[in-house]
Amino acid sequence: MGFLTYLINGLSLGSVYAIIALGYTMVYGIAKMLNFAHGDVIMIGSYLVFIGMSNIGGEQTGVMQVVKVVVCLAVSMIICAILGMVIEKVAYKPLRKATNLAVLITAIGVSYFLQNIALLIFGSNAVSFTSIISWQGISLAGGALKITGNAIVTIIVCIIIMVALMLFVQHTKPGQAMRAVSEDRDAAVLMGINVNATISLTFIIGSGLAAIAGALLCSSYPALTPYTGSMPGIKAFTAAVFGGIGSIPGALIGGLLLGIIEILAKAYISSQLADAIVFAVLIIVLLVKPTGILGKQIKEKV
Amino acid sequence: MLEVKDLVVNYGMIQALKGISFEVNEGEVIALIGANGAGKTTTLQTISGMLSPTSGQVLLKGQDITKIPGHKIVSLGMAHVPEGRRVFAGMSVLENLKMGAYTRSSKTEISDSLERVYESFPRLKERQSQLAGTLSGGEQQMLAMGRALMSKPNIILMDEPSMGLSPIYVEEIFNIIQSISKEGTTVLLVEQNAKKALAIADRAYVLETGNIVLSGDANALMNDDSIKKAYLGE
Ligand SMILES: Nc1ncnc2c1ncn2[C@@H]1O[C@H](COP(=O)(O)OP(=O)(O)OP(=O)(O)O)[C@@H](O)[C@H]1O
Ligand SMILES: [Mg+2]
Repeated sequence: MGFLTYLINGLSLGSVYAIIALGYTMVYGIAKMLNFAHGDVIMIGSYLVFIGMSNIGGEQTGVMQVVKVVVCLAVSMIICAILGMVIEKVAYKPLRKATNLAVLITAIGVSYFLQNIALLIFGSNAVSFTSIISWQGISLAGGALKITGNAIVTIIVCIIIMVALMLFVQHTKPGQAMRAVSEDRDAAVLMGINVNATISLTFIIGSGLAAIAGALLCSSYPALTPYTGSMPGIKAFTAAVFGGIGSIPGALIGGLLLGIIEILAKAYISSQLADAIVFAVLIIVLLVKPTGILGKQIKEKV
Repeated sequence: MLEVKDLVVNYGMIQALKGISFEVNEGEVIALIGANGAGKTTTLQTISGMLSPTSGQVLLKGQDITKIPGHKIVSLGMAHVPEGRRVFAGMSVLENLKMGAYTRSSKTEISDSLERVYESFPRLKERQSQLAGTLSGGEQQMLAMGRALMSKPNIILMDEPSMGLSPIYVEEIFNIIQSISKEGTTVLLVEQNAKKALAIADRAYVLETGNIVLSGDANALMNDDSIKKAYLGE
């Protein structure tokens, strides 16, 4: 039963990575840049939910608790979405024609900027995030297999987000615009697509999802500091590369695999070495398939 | 239909267009010919708002569109088939064609246009669910043209549609351009294949290192000695 428990915990952590990886992969696919500040938007989102949960409406139970959580999450999502949009407009948009290196350095700068702002406001001591999921979970096989409410909700939320996003990309006009811009920006302009608006929308969606990811992550790992976002950010970026950067299903598969590998490595090999093992697996995958698991590479014929 | 006035375009220090003027009247097929690096692609890209000129003006149906951003041009009735086709490689043929109708909203009108494109390019219909990146060069060119037609343009700009194609495809592409013109769409055609372009054009302009050096009736230009020597290989 131990293995099953680890697997479910891995799926749960992987679901969080997958949601974060979506932000990296969509921005990479559409704006062709690595937004290294994405992890820090998660941290900001977590603080926002933390503030909301500890200051609004007092202790609640039952339906009112759910309402409180939804309201706090929604506010955090909106603020993060706006933050993502502003970051893109202020920091990245002026660099649309600059070199990748300049954009990368700017992204790292934005990341430190957000961390320092958080340090100024919240200090460097960890605050203890109370789980947004009060449900204790279920107990199976006569108590031998316990699945936490956090794990179940996290996995379900991840599935809902993935399905919604794929439907959005396939069946709506802004979704089609995103696909076109990711394929060929200039050709997209010729089709009448507003590239700036499309990139902006991508940041809005990715950052909004980061707020959800942050709240779910901190519900399972409650010590929240201004640096909370950076490691999961790097891991989710790894997950995005692992699954095939630019691909939405790739973010899901990469995230889940990464979460499972990490938890299993911690359980069976060594908790100190877990991260090293995760990255070793990534390197092996990339050696075998440089585009990642679902990465596509269609050569245009000339 | 389209009027270009004193257009100057710079890439940094390089002046690619040195003040060119020309016009395209409704219903005409106009050829813009010239050697590599003459500035043909630059001209088309500036017209369709992908590049902004240093000075000069572009008028479409009398409206100054010089400062209108590229993505707003297609809904004014101008489509652009870019150099190198630029189809969306990871999308199917059908998805590519639907992208061409991105700015249109009426579903019935879009499916009408789709039917017409499939009539002109039966091969695209056969391959509608194939990924565009796996089409042959000639098929990709047809797709790029079909995609542009999906916006139901009044004027269509084409940048070297015959580039890199086998003679049979070249023939077919030029036939299609003629039929696009017959159906009432004005055509501005950029070509290095001057012989074929002049054969189907009404008038032509010759571009040489950023200047228009010659213009006139296509038939007359075909018999012009300097043209024969420089562009027709005679
Ligand atoms: N992005 C760019 N940056 C700098 N110079 C450019 C750029 N694009 C084109 N040029 C220069 O501008 C001039 C005109 O180029 P353009 O692509 O318009 O020529 P063309 O007539 O389309 O040539 P071809 O037949 O080879 O397609 C060339 O000298 C080219 O080197
Ligand atoms: Mg060219």
